[in-house]
Amino acid sequence: MSTEASRPRTLGDVRVALFITCVNDTLFPDTGRATVRVLERLGHEVVFPLEQTCCGQMHANSGYQLEAVPLVRRFVRAFGDPSFDAVVCPSGSCAAMVGDQYARLADLSGDQKLVGAVAALAPKVHELSQFLVDVLGIEDVGAYFPHRVTYHPTCHSLRLLKVGDAPLRLLRNVRGLRLVELPEATTCCGFGGTFAVKNADTSTAMLTDKLRSVLDTGAEVCAAVDNSCLMHIGGGLSRQRTGVRTVHLAEILAGTE
Amino acid sequence: MSRPFPEAAREALENTQLRHNLRVATHTIRAKRNAVVSEVPDWEALRDRGARIKEAAMRHLDVHLEQLERSVTAAGGVVHWARDADEANATVARLVREAGSSEAIKVKSLATDEIGLNDALAREGITAHETDLAELIVQLGHDRQSHILVPAIHRNRAEIRELFRRELAGTEDLTDDPPALAEAARRHLRERFLSVGVGISGANFAVAETGTVCVVESEGNGRMCTTLPRVLITVMGIEKVLPRFADLGVMLQLLPRSSTGERMNPYTSLWTGVTAGDGPEAFHLVLLDAGRTDVLADSIGRQALHCIRCSACLNVCPVYERTGGHAYESTYPGPIGAILTPQLRGLESAPTLPWASSLCGACYEVCPVKIDIPSVLVHLRGRVVREAKGDGWRARIAGERLAMEAMARVFGSRRRYEAAQRAARAGAWPLSRDGKIERRLPGPMAGWTQARDLPAPKESFRDWWRRERA
Repeated sequence: MSTEASRPRTLGDVRVALFITCVNDTLFPDTGRATVRVLERLGHEVVFPLEQTCCGQMHANSGYQLEAVPLVRRFVRAFGDPSFDAVVCPSGSCAAMVGDQYARLADLSGDQKLVGAVAALAPKVHELSQFLVDVLGIEDVGAYFPHRVTYHPTCHSLRLLKVGDAPLRLLRNVRGLRLVELPEATTCCGFGGTFAVKNADTSTAMLTDKLRSVLDTGAEVCAAVDNSCLMHIGGGLSRQRTGVRTVHLAEILAGTE
Repeated sequence: MSRPFPEAAREALENTQLRHNLRVATHTIRAKRNAVVSEVPDWEALRDRGARIKEAAMRHLDVHLEQLERSVTAAGGVVHWARDADEANATVARLVREAGSSEAIKVKSLATDEIGLNDALAREGITAHETDLAELIVQLGHDRQSHILVPAIHRNRAEIRELFRRELAGTEDLTDDPPALAEAARRHLRERFLSVGVGISGANFAVAETGTVCVVESEGNGRMCTTLPRVLITVMGIEKVLPRFADLGVMLQLLPRSSTGERMNPYTSLWTGVTAGDGPEAFHLVLLDAGRTDVLADSIGRQALHCIRCSACLNVCPVYERTGGHAYESTYPGPIGAILTPQLRGLESAPTLPWASSLCGACYEVCPVKIDIPSVLVHLRGRVVREAKGDGWRARIAGERLAMEAMARVFGSRRRYEAAQRAARAGAWPLSRDGKIERRLPGPMAGWTQARDLPAPKESFRDWWRRERA
């Protein structure tokens, strides 16, 4: 796959394969561009394996685990290149999918080669903020973002990946940024993948409470490490003409003076 | 098949009083739990031990149950085995009649709710009096329980005052002051405690090695029911057995803190068979299967049987907080109910419950015996999709199945994936304005666009990458 990936522009310490996720690739290209910008600004090499599509989370979480197995295989093919030092993903939920469910899906396939490949690859997959803070040990990425920002810790980044305060450490070091605490921050926003469509009324009730918390902070921007949750929160903020927008953490970190 | 969860939930979501009551109640219990859990330095180690004890109990359940039977019998009790609800109900009715009674006083018990004991007894001409305050509120109001620990959580004190004034004698001047409400219930119940000859309870735990049964409670009504009547009948799910007496030492630390948010519950009753001159003259233990051994066959799903009914998962669940318990249409609501009900009753009786969750994981975080509820939910979703056979259900998910298979094909090839991205952009373009879709769409996206806008960018990331970098 590395031959398919484009040539690096910056040679750095770490060769990073970008696991963009299908949601970001299709609906939030700015987040992908921002992730590339941040990693390259720090001197690392970014490659983008074009064979990647979707990690299979929607299928796995909706009861179609068997249909998700070929997507696990595809992921392993796309990111299995041993020259990749790390696979970095600007989504807590999709990174958690690999760490939390891939082993079980590989078991389900009964294919021992896949089980082994997943076991070897999964530890190399990191969510962006975790990669920056826990792997690279960087909390100040030299960003500038002169806005009042509140941060929503998404459930999968918080409870499956356990990113802890890595995103907050990064935000606290952004020049010009005023970080305001979100009330009841750790309560789910109500997205939940197909939950938002299958249980649309309950999802909307949860969203409404989250929007109230966001608006109570007086922030201009609500940030998170998952665009799926932000699409839900931002979709509600926009529909209600609140004048508050959602921005992925990567885009805040990409900003400079 | 029970009503689909989304439909039952919609009704609950529109009940403003319910929404308010639930929000206040769940947030209050949540805060109490967090306070008493955070003061235990080895809480995580305790959870691990709790999980291991339950795993060990389940691994050799048959052995522990037979030992329990021997221990109870040796201590002067009588053990009855019930394969299902009907057998359990018939056994209890027979035992009440044999005691020469047409009434029984009851300790709050989920197992007896699960099997519909009160109604079954009523059909036999036996009146069962609930003595737990919240269960009394539910019974007097001809209502249904909506929470494992606080069955009347959907009621506030103004509503309870109205109910008591309607149903209890001598309550014309009753206020909605909680002590006054409790006093009215106490006067009503005291008479029954002293006159009814049969008590019926559930069990929080039963210890195989000693035959000791344990009930924990807050109000003292349980101790009245288990000590005053001549005959005591306990109905217990077979999964409640603990191998060793020492296991109680772990469970009695985990349960009250997780449940009521107390360091220790006010009343812990332990009894072993019968003792002459002290308490009931006869003790019957009805061991209830009702689907539990079937659950054991599922290596992922069976951890649902580890549940100690603390209800911490309900109190932190963002779905439960908004819909309340009735939407789950089961004795066991909330996250634990969503994994327990379909397994106990059969997947086809509650096929939408495994989807009644955003998979946020708050339940797993607080579970005192570390039941990985989100993983079991995902597992059960798969089983429902693969195994549920009902015609209605298959028709309901036929469209979804086609869509999922189509999506799997799209994601299965880079060429098809990129073509789908282009098609989606072409389709979105006439609907979008400033990179957003702001109107309500028909079809599968209706649920999304009824309350939220949708982004519609002009270019995918990979198109940008190829343009800039390739």
